[in-house]
Amino acid sequence: MDERREALEGGSRWTRWLVAGPPTAFLLAFFLVPAIIVVAASFREPGEFGGLVPLAAGAAAFSLEAYRFVLGDIVYAEIFAASFAVAAVTTAACVALAYPLAWLIARSPRKRRDLLVLLVILPFASNFLVRIYAWIMLLGPANLLYTPFAVIAGMVYVHLPFMVLPLYTNLEKHDPALLEAAQDLGAGAWTRFWRVTFPLSLPGIWSGSALVFIPVLGMFAVPELLGGTGDVLIGNLIKEQFLDNRDWPLGSALSIGLTLAVLALAGLAAALSRRGLKGTEAVS
Amino acid sequence: MRRRAQWLLWGASLAVYAFLYVPLAVVVIFSFNDSLLNAEWVGFTLSWYRKLLADGEMLAAAGNSLAIALLSSALATVLGAMAGIAMQRWRLPWLPLLVLTPVAMPEILLGVSLLLFFRQVLDLTLGFFSILVAHVTFSIGFVAVIVRARLAGMDEGLLEAARDLGATPWMTFRRVTFPLILPALVAGFLMSFTLSIDDFVITFFVAGVGVTTLPLQIYSMIKVAVTPEVNAVSTLLMALTLTMVLAATRLAPDILRRGR
Repeated sequence: MDERREALEGGSRWTRWLVAGPPTAFLLAFFLVPAIIVVAASFREPGEFGGLVPLAAGAAAFSLEAYRFVLGDIVYAEIFAASFAVAAVTTAACVALAYPLAWLIARSPRKRRDLLVLLVILPFASNFLVRIYAWIMLLGPANLLYTPFAVIAGMVYVHLPFMVLPLYTNLEKHDPALLEAAQDLGAGAWTRFWRVTFPLSLPGIWSGSALVFIPVLGMFAVPELLGGTGDVLIGNLIKEQFLDNRDWPLGSALSIGLTLAVLALAGLAAALSRRGLKGTEAVS
Repeated sequence: MRRRAQWLLWGASLAVYAFLYVPLAVVVIFSFNDSLLNAEWVGFTLSWYRKLLADGEMLAAAGNSLAIALLSSALATVLGAMAGIAMQRWRLPWLPLLVLTPVAMPEILLGVSLLLFFRQVLDLTLGFFSILVAHVTFSIGFVAVIVRARLAGMDEGLLEAARDLGATPWMTFRRVTFPLILPALVAGFLMSFTLSIDDFVITFFVAGVGVTTLPLQIYSMIKVAVTPEVNAVSTLLMALTLTMVLAATRLAPDILRRGR
């Protein structure tokens, strides 16, 4: 089969490299190499006027200064903790708002589903800054602007569809026979939801949570435009080091910290939703 | 489901839809409001749009945004289509990783890594070129996914038939594969165009001081003050991207049906 496939697809090495080569080369140059440079820069010393101290000027090629600085000041740990808290609250709010919507869409007749999904996606067609600006307009007159509430509202608004779509995809696959069986066994509506639907929907919740939690951690525009002076998250910190203070090694070290957090979370979400899926198989 | 529960579900869903649409509706409505303060409705006017058309900085930003969006989505469509075809046909385990990671990671990380790369390694003056490259980088993945989805639904017998009839791989591509993936290519192009013209975070890091795009211009305006001119430009931008997204979903309906 494999040989046939290969012959069929004109899979000579030449063709392969001709097709896969250009995108690979582009992404190696402009994605992988820059990522490696961030790692390298985090072990260097900052230049006096931004950038890095050139090696020619006798700078150490390897320095742990940036990491020592991040780990030595409790402020950085606090900001990481605050970012996780904001991401957690945002994610929880997104689950609460997305659930009824996803459920309604999943239970709608097939024809109506596409329209309802489209209606969730369409606000996304507006610019990210326009969506934040809308909340500046709404919250300004209510005196709620520049508060933690405004930050959460903006974060939820910007990320909600990322929760609705995976949740809907999950809920749609549920077998209605399970709910009927539960009803026949005397379970009330409340019990049916908490004992059947909700546990089965956990994989959807986990993958949606990854799609919300991770971008919120790195967001700087929402806290900057909607939050007060105290609403500083990891994203703001990184932006500040790269564009205002111009301490690039420190900014790089913070970016590495964010990357590690993101990788850990993505791994956790993948593990949780896989375990959830196994549970689904056992039930159905 | 019982009646009452049904009503509750509809009620809650309508409230969430309202949460999604009311803020944007407010932006659009106040772009026509004849008052400098975005506080209460005074009367209908088009003067904010007229002011917009006379705003040189804004027009320059719009020009940059359009040029970058056109070029970057053309490049991303070609590279993304190649990646999508390669991902579907051959087992290259590193390719999906390379193509999809830039899409999945927080944008700020891509932004700062490109900033470091352009300034520290290439010693390049930031501007048009750096923005263009950055936009291609994050768009490739979206095109690749759309093209791969289209190919996955394609009948392999067609390729076999073409080969049996003596077609070279290039001829097979031109006469069979290309016409089949054409809607996906157009959808991918529209998608990349929308992503490019909308991008703020990554552009913010790689734009430097010389070149401004529309989102960067909006950002510097709303940092200072809330004016109806921002509402007007927001409304126009919304109309443009809305058209693009609707066209893309028309051409490649599977964008809506991922995972079904």
